[in-house]
Amino acid sequence: MIDFDSIPRIKEVSACHGVYDANNCERKNVDRFDDRQKHSVKVLPSIEEAVRRSGLKDGMTVSFHHHFRNGDYIVNMVMDVIAKMGIKNLTVAASSLTDCHWPLIEHIKNGVITHIETSGLRGKLAEAVSHGLMDFPVIFRSHGGRAAAIESGELHIDVAFLGAPSCDPYGNANGYNRDSEEGSCCGSLGYAKLDALYADQCVIITDHLVSFPNTPFGIPESQVEYVVVVDNIGDPKGIMSGATRFTKNPKELLIANYATKAIEASGYFEDNFSMQMGSGGASLAVARFLRERMIEKDIKCRFALGGITGQIVQMHEEGLVKKILDVQSFDLIAANSLKNNRFHQQIDASYYASYANSGAAVSQLDFVILSALEVDTDFNVNVMTGSDGVIRGAVGGHPDAAAGASMTVVVCPLLRGRIPTICSHVNTICTPGRTVDVVVTDQGIAVNPLRPELYERFAAAGLPVTTIEKLHERAEKIAGIPAPIEYTDRIVGVLMYRDNTVLDVIRQVKD
Amino acid sequence: MEIISTGVAGTMESSDIIVRIEPKDTEGIELTLESAVMQQYGKQIKKVIVETLEGLGVTRAYVDAVDKGALDCTVAARTLAAAYRGAQSTDFVWDGGAEK
Repeated sequence: MIDFDSIPRIKEVSACHGVYDANNCERKNVDRFDDRQKHSVKVLPSIEEAVRRSGLKDGMTVSFHHHFRNGDYIVNMVMDVIAKMGIKNLTVAASSLTDCHWPLIEHIKNGVITHIETSGLRGKLAEAVSHGLMDFPVIFRSHGGRAAAIESGELHIDVAFLGAPSCDPYGNANGYNRDSEEGSCCGSLGYAKLDALYADQCVIITDHLVSFPNTPFGIPESQVEYVVVVDNIGDPKGIMSGATRFTKNPKELLIANYATKAIEASGYFEDNFSMQMGSGGASLAVARFLRERMIEKDIKCRFALGGITGQIVQMHEEGLVKKILDVQSFDLIAANSLKNNRFHQQIDASYYASYANSGAAVSQLDFVILSALEVDTDFNVNVMTGSDGVIRGAVGGHPDAAAGASMTVVVCPLLRGRIPTICSHVNTICTPGRTVDVVVTDQGIAVNPLRPELYERFAAAGLPVTTIEKLHERAEKIAGIPAPIEYTDRIVGVLMYRDNTVLDVIRQVKD
Repeated sequence: MEIISTGVAGTMESSDIIVRIEPKDTEGIELTLESAVMQQYGKQIKKVIVETLEGLGVTRAYVDAVDKGALDCTVAARTLAAAYRGAQSTDFVWDGGAEK
């Protein structure tokens, strides 16, 4: 018999739960593994049961990810159940929301949801918010800003409801499925990973329960409390497009041609360089043109970051891009590469872009290609509100990549239809001008005066460099001066910069 | 210029405008406009249409225009073409001649 108290300093030993007692131990489970996992206590029969067990109460915060894009069923499915259970006054902190989330309007009107934090809003929900649906302004954060807020505990998630294309009975979840080719597939779960790690309670919702262990996993079982199996987590067509198509738009090809030449002349296109590319037509074309230059000059890219497309994957498989850091897979080729390529790495939102994370990958970028709805003569970029002042976009990682990259290149046409892209003041500042170095349009390249050396290099390479003021003048000469948008005084949205300071506000549009 | 029948010019393609002009018994130009850029350029488009018609001496007409973000030069050209068709006139001189 052990005399516990006679052991010297035993009370100072951490994690010591007294004396072993055989009678106090659970009986060993002697079922076959395959039978045992069928009885996992984590697997619950319904979302309602998961909500109940999670302890969700009035006033709490729930989170969702946006890896299913416009094919997502999870947000609406879960919020419908929560509404029926009579829980009110919730904060929805989604990594982003899009067109398919319009049914949230009813839950907002009924007081189920009183506050929203997101990277973006689109469609009917965005229009309703712009017309004054909510008393509490919507908080828009960049992916890096959201990650930092979650890590610091300032954005506390009570319950995360995370859809996953595959999961085992203990909660090992991933954005693809190694056991079969069926079902939906979203590739990286980068934005969901952080929610799983920091939420008090994490519920994985899947339509594909696979045998333990679901390796490799994006979210490990140690971070998951419950698993719910549903018929469908989303519409595969909305979640993922096949391959992103290559643009035939001559304006976009011209912009891409200029942007590629600017990169070549910038001094950053050297062996072992790093880059991030968007998924817009011009960005994809830049990737294709850069590939040709890399082969010609025998230059390799050390890593490509961010939202990953098939174009980047092709370069990886050809040995031109050594490593891929993937926070979000933009097409099926990217998702399949994540599944099959050893050095195509899934990363979380903090690793990607958090300002509080000194090693964040955006801070290691040589250059990034970004798009814009509007750029003003101070180089500020708007990716959030349309030319009518209504919310119709997402901050995404725009300000994070812009702040991190040594050279931030914004590609946009001078005009979209009749609307000038280059204007005197953007409707909404999403990315501050001091972090934007180069603006490439179909009618010339403007360089931020903070970067005179880039101007010199572009001019020496014979590129059509000009000033942002001249681009602005030219746009208004062709299209005319647009009448300003009419707003009310009421604030409906707040743009947080990546350090979570208020960068700008969005006002209610006049009806 | 007298509008004696319906005249149409333009398309519904983006960056174009479709202008439809019809006879009217009383004085004045009655204009309805639908535009993809109404908020930013609605007034300007109306002004170009009215001034173009005034330049032709059209004083009585119903005009119905659907704009998809056309520039001023396109708005003027489509209005001119619609007016000449409505007046059943082939009396035009292109290259700016009609605007004199």
